[in-house]
Amino acid sequence: MPFNRTCREVAALLVAREDRNLGLADRLALRMHMVICDACPRFERQMLTMRNSLQQWRNYTAPDDSAENAVPPK
Amino acid sequence: MTPFEQQIVALQDYLLKFARLQLRNDAWAEDAVSETMVAALAKPQSFGNRSQLKTWLVGILKHKVIDTLRHHHREISGLENTDDEKSDPLEDIAFHADGHFVEAPSDWGNPEQQASSQQFFAILEACASKLPASQGRLFLMREWLELSSEEICKELQLTPTNLYVQLHRARLRLRECLELNWYMKASA
Repeated sequence: MPFNRTCREVAALLVAREDRNLGLADRLALRMHMVICDACPRFERQMLTMRNSLQQWRNYTAPDDSAENAVPPK
Repeated sequence: MTPFEQQIVALQDYLLKFARLQLRNDAWAEDAVSETMVAALAKPQSFGNRSQLKTWLVGILKHKVIDTLRHHHREISGLENTDDEKSDPLEDIAFHADGHFVEAPSDWGNPEQQASSQQFFAILEACASKLPASQGRLFLMREWLELSSEEICKELQLTPTNLYVQLHRARLRLRECLELNWYMKASA
């Protein structure tokens, strides 16, 4: 059955999805598996958390905290 | 030194951190940062705050870093042929013979929405720096330089399969490292 994937295969797809577009068969299999599985949606959330965190990280500039930036006393 | 020059020089270490993380070679990183600072000093301008100045400098640095990667693509694309490369990266996660998770992945909550982001980013950077050099470079090209997989393959003359395998390993390792160093600690 082409749409019947194990958690192991689905986990691999969830990682691969970060870097390449999945084919239609993989996307459908993924969606169907997510409905019947408890563990894989958790893994998916972990991957999404990583994606969001990395996005915030690369747009993050530390606040003005260093001494040389402080307003000198008048 | 003018105040502008002082501000640029003060951010040298900040720039070096990113250059080292991406290039994994101190000499290349120092060159890229020097070139960035020279380019910045040639175009003095004022910024409302330090964050804007940092963003501008990092933008210049990214261009210099891409030039460096392009220049050294032969050294970079020679992938490390260690035992690690032969093993299945999913082995770190235990699966039953029928392909089910032995233990369900843990619930991480929403760490990206928590106030402790600075601490989290420090752990993220530490985890990324612990990736094997070739994996780390490719991963940062995706996540810091924001290049597409196609662009990375073109710049480094890699096959897509090669790239995907490396990125796959990098993401699973990072996940593992975050789980150990952030989520476990956060939930302890």
